[in-house]
Amino acid sequence: MGGFPILSMMLLVPFIGAVICMFVDAKPARQVALAATLIDLAFGVLLWLNYDIGGAQWQFTERAPLFAGFNYALGIDGIALLLIVLSVFLMPICILASWDSIQKRVGEYMAAFLFMETLMIGVFSAQDLFLFYIFFEAGLIPMYLIIGIWGGANRIYASYKFFLYTLLGSVVMLIAMLWMVNASGTTDIPTLMNYDFPVQAQTWLWLAFFASFAVKMPMWPVHTWLPDAHVQAPTAGSVILAGVLLKMGGYGFIRFSLPMFPEASAHFAWLIYILSMAAVVITSLIALVQHDMKKLIAYSSVAHMAIVTVGLFSFNQQGLEGSMVVMLSHGLVSGALFLCVGVIYDRLHTREIDRYGGLAINMPKYALFFLLFTMASIGLPGTSGFVGEFLSLVGIYKVSSLVTLICTTGIILGAAYMLYLYRRVAFGEQTNADAASMVDLDLREWLMLGPIALAVLWMGVYPESFIAPIRQDIAALDARLARAAPAGDARIVTGTPRAKAANSMPEGGHSAKAETVTEGKH
Amino acid sequence: MDFAHSLGLTAPEVFLSLSGLVLTLVAAWGGRSSARLATVLAVSALVGAMVITLGQFGSDANGEAFGGLYRADAFSSFAKVLIYIATIACLAVTPKFFVRGNEYRPEYPLLMLFGAIGMGLMVSATDLMTLYIGLELSSLSSYVLASFARSDERSAEAGLKYFVLGALASGILLYGMSLVYGFAGSTSYTMIRPAFDGTLGMGALFGVIFMLAGLAFKISAVPFHMWTPDVYEGAPTPVTAFFASAPKVAAITMTTRVTIEAFGHQSDAWRQIVIFAALASIVVGALGAIGQSNIKRLLAYSSINNVGFILIGLAAGTVAGASAMLVYLTIYVVMSVGSFVAVLMLRDTDGNQVETISDMAGLSQTKPLLAWCLLFLMLSLAGIPPLFGFWGKFVVFQAAVQANLVILAALGIAASVIGAYYYLMIGKVMFFDEPADVVQAKGDLQHWVVLGVATLFVSPLGYLLTKPLGALAGRAASALFQIG
Repeated sequence: MGGFPILSMMLLVPFIGAVICMFVDAKPARQVALAATLIDLAFGVLLWLNYDIGGAQWQFTERAPLFAGFNYALGIDGIALLLIVLSVFLMPICILASWDSIQKRVGEYMAAFLFMETLMIGVFSAQDLFLFYIFFEAGLIPMYLIIGIWGGANRIYASYKFFLYTLLGSVVMLIAMLWMVNASGTTDIPTLMNYDFPVQAQTWLWLAFFASFAVKMPMWPVHTWLPDAHVQAPTAGSVILAGVLLKMGGYGFIRFSLPMFPEASAHFAWLIYILSMAAVVITSLIALVQHDMKKLIAYSSVAHMAIVTVGLFSFNQQGLEGSMVVMLSHGLVSGALFLCVGVIYDRLHTREIDRYGGLAINMPKYALFFLLFTMASIGLPGTSGFVGEFLSLVGIYKVSSLVTLICTTGIILGAAYMLYLYRRVAFGEQTNADAASMVDLDLREWLMLGPIALAVLWMGVYPESFIAPIRQDIAALDARLARAAPAGDARIVTGTPRAKAANSMPEGGHSAKAETVTEGKH
Repeated sequence: MDFAHSLGLTAPEVFLSLSGLVLTLVAAWGGRSSARLATVLAVSALVGAMVITLGQFGSDANGEAFGGLYRADAFSSFAKVLIYIATIACLAVTPKFFVRGNEYRPEYPLLMLFGAIGMGLMVSATDLMTLYIGLELSSLSSYVLASFARSDERSAEAGLKYFVLGALASGILLYGMSLVYGFAGSTSYTMIRPAFDGTLGMGALFGVIFMLAGLAFKISAVPFHMWTPDVYEGAPTPVTAFFASAPKVAAITMTTRVTIEAFGHQSDAWRQIVIFAALASIVVGALGAIGQSNIKRLLAYSSINNVGFILIGLAAGTVAGASAMLVYLTIYVVMSVGSFVAVLMLRDTDGNQVETISDMAGLSQTKPLLAWCLLFLMLSLAGIPPLFGFWGKFVVFQAAVQANLVILAALGIAASVIGAYYYLMIGKVMFFDEPADVVQAKGDLQHWVVLGVATLFVSPLGYLLTKPLGALAGRAASALFQIG
């Protein structure tokens, strides 16, 4: 990109947009927000097109010694690239989703969202430990305001819970970061990723980082903030929460915990497995009995994130790549599902599943989209969900068949609760007259759901586009983890190979064969 | 050791004292009508003293004056500049505050000025006698200032409470000083330091502990914090803003100098006390604030909470720790002055002070700018990045980790989450609740200027100051460790 500071620009555009939105009326605020997010989307596309696959590990790097104690250092690898693209892709959709449903204090709302976008891009592109921390933590403030001001009935409890839960997780991480910087003498993330901390210290550091990322992820049993926050947040807030904020936990594991503390990661892998298995089974069962659509999807998010964690801690290429794809796919699919809920919530103002029914009759286009995303959430081949879950489970199968077995039940249970949800909402009798009279999707909603549907299918049919940028980075991570990788339980016994392939032809081709046949006849 | 040299070193105090005497005459002859003039003169005197101090800081002039009673170095200069700035800011917002009750008199700037002299002496003291004189000079001014709103019962009560408890604390401090003198044979820091080498006898240890207890009262650290909420609530709001800023800087820097210079060889003896006071202040400050319904009481607990974080820097006992304390103090002073100014701008339709938190409900819809400023300040006090308050906590905890106090740092930062709860509560009341429509703030220019500067300082733009601030604080802190 010839020295053009594209990452800084991507941070700056929404920030300026946010400042403008604070001071203008509702209508221009919406337009400014949409424009700013679209500009950032264009930058994101540009970033992807210019990313040199197979080139240097860190690209688009920027560095300025602005502060004491830490640097303004940006740069991305393939992993960060995809997550940034996911963020900028979802943002304009969020703005569209809030176009009509947010009527009070629009300027502040749009400002909070744009500020959020700045911080998300900052988290994924920061190359300095403390810069990362500042972006990571700062995200709490706009999200707190979004949930608290524009949320549902129980929004205040949810906003507190969200804020304090995640804050407690992260402050411990700050102490660990301070220790790391003190021990290694650098705040540079790429350097730290190859720094070998003493094994003893790794244990504590890993736990401190785990405290933060497990809450963000969220892992069972510290997931309880998520259903509350999701249910109370406005639609776009849920989309951003599920689509991008949860990915910060996974990104944290892949960027910090695994490469910086490989031995400790291997040491604690069992903890991750147990929590993930528990999460898959328990939250899937909880999702099965929900009456609230958003809560159901929120619990399904916890189950999907558990697949991500087992994939990450499988210490092999398939598992790690699979986790990344699950994260991207879940970002799209759960975001889309929340949008689907939002579409009908805007019409009927309830999230109660029983208040709907038979929507396939009066809203066929909506039902089609909803079906697609339901199937993607289940992991049907051809959709993005399948690719990621399959790879993750292959990865973990190399380590433990038991864990795989239990985690796979998540897919079956996932099919159960998602299909059950879909049946109750879209099929069956039209018992509620008001639900039966709802109109189908309008243009704005098409613009929201259409691009996500295309992306889901693209990722499902040709995942190579998404795996290619991360392949090299995952390979580097895999190489770093190799010394600590746990042994698999499969104990594959490799026999001595046959000298010839089973279907190989004897020497001499047809004539020789004919001879043997004749010999056999004798 | 000529006299002129000593006078040169003490120039800021000398200048302020002379100005104070002139102001006394102005006040005596000018009467009540000269209040505005006196304020302007006091502010210019403080600006003058600040210029002198900056000159000393710039030329790195340091040395001892009057036979080791007084010391001017980078550390004292840094603290003094901070004190003068805080005093000027508090003076600037005061006259408008008293306009309604017509209670403003020229004694007010005069007392502030004498308080500033006392505080200057405190931070420069290198002898227990100077320390005590400075402390009393500033305390006595504070007692009178607390009860300045004479028609207000709460103000009188605050003044009395502050005086009685302050006198008790001074007594404890004096008792400790007498023990220290008895065992060291001198009141000079430079003499106490070698005398308190090796194992500390029981009596000397008692002296150290009593002195720390007395000092803990002055900085309102737990368990000597009980006066703070009452005094902060009762005193007129600009006075509260003053109490939360300048005297706190003076008392904390004075404590730092005593512990590092005089008891430098006994860090094990005082460190555990400081650690306890730090953690207890953080926890009690956070828990105590949760139940408060009065914003000034809440900010009082917040100041107790913040003192705890500052003491973590002292517990580290290193150059980095002292420098972190100074950085934290700087940020803290701006935040607390800003918050109190925002509070004193809250008035109802009759012009009465609004102090109840529930009356601030929905402020973001009626007075958006004020609400956003206050939200920034609150979240900054809570130490949430990207606001600048985070940087103060960051450097303090960094110093603690570097000094191998990882457990202390982890406990302290975990307890800071409790504190975040009540700062969020203010945000919740202002932003999430339905408007109560009580506040009719029509801020005056001075108030908006001070509030605006404070808000800009705590905004992410503040991070651009980290380099110069860190360099200055580092220079000041290393001056402290040059001795011995």
